[in-house]
Amino acid sequence: MSAGSQSELVAVLMILVGTIFSFLSTVGLIRLPDVYTRTHAASKSSTLGVLFTMVGTFIFFLFQEGYFSIRLFLGIFFIFLTAPVAAHAITRSAHRANVELADISVQDDLQKVRSKEREGAEAE
Amino acid sequence: MKVNDVILQTYTKAVAFIILIFSLYLFLAGHNQPGGGFIGGLMTSAALVLLYIAFDMKTVDNMIPIDFRKMVALGLTIAVFTGFGSFIFQVPFLTHSFGYFRLPLLGETELATAVMFDLGVYLTVVGGTMTIMLAIAEDDD
Repeated sequence: MSAGSQSELVAVLMILVGTIFSFLSTVGLIRLPDVYTRTHAASKSSTLGVLFTMVGTFIFFLFQEGYFSIRLFLGIFFIFLTAPVAAHAITRSAHRANVELADISVQDDLQKVRSKEREGAEAE
Repeated sequence: MKVNDVILQTYTKAVAFIILIFSLYLFLAGHNQPGGGFIGGLMTSAALVLLYIAFDMKTVDNMIPIDFRKMVALGLTIAVFTGFGSFIFQVPFLTHSFGYFRLPLLGETELATAVMFDLGVYLTVVGGTMTIMLAIAEDDD
């Protein structure tokens, strides 16, 4: 096996793993009961899926074509940076808009803090 | 109730610079690769909109004291004057030319006058987009 086909194998495996992660993320998005668990599935595993796919593409172009794609590198960095913050903003605005948790959930600490905050605001 | 946006604001401080640098890259890459004045200008205004979302309008207005309406005028003026520049060399309107120059650090570089026209497009797009956004945002007061 030559070095070229070995790096191709690594790239292929990474892209496959990335696709599987993205698929699992979609299944989680459909199967899970409420906004919070769905954001959990959609943000974590799809970020990892996109990350694996992009790293695989990066490795392929680096070793097969000898091209160091700085845009792809920045893209990997950027996805890793932005996707969790987007998920945070979505979940946070959902909680502030009083979207209810699924029936099976047992604890909501943020709700207690927020009702305390509201009482404080009314007292002033 | 005071909203605590510490995550979004901290993240914006880092990410806005990455977007601005990438928009500059797109602007300069336009000659030989995908990119150019239009997409670069749109991306710059996207970074500015991100700043406006994370912080309030007064803070960003103090941070970037630019009148975006004047930016549109400046961009159009630059674009027209690069067109008139061709008259100096007795060639038709908007004729462009290029040459190879030896620059410090960069080495042999191709410089084209089309970049000046692209700069005009860039400034017009940034100014136009930001004027639209801010006019909508300022609607209620």
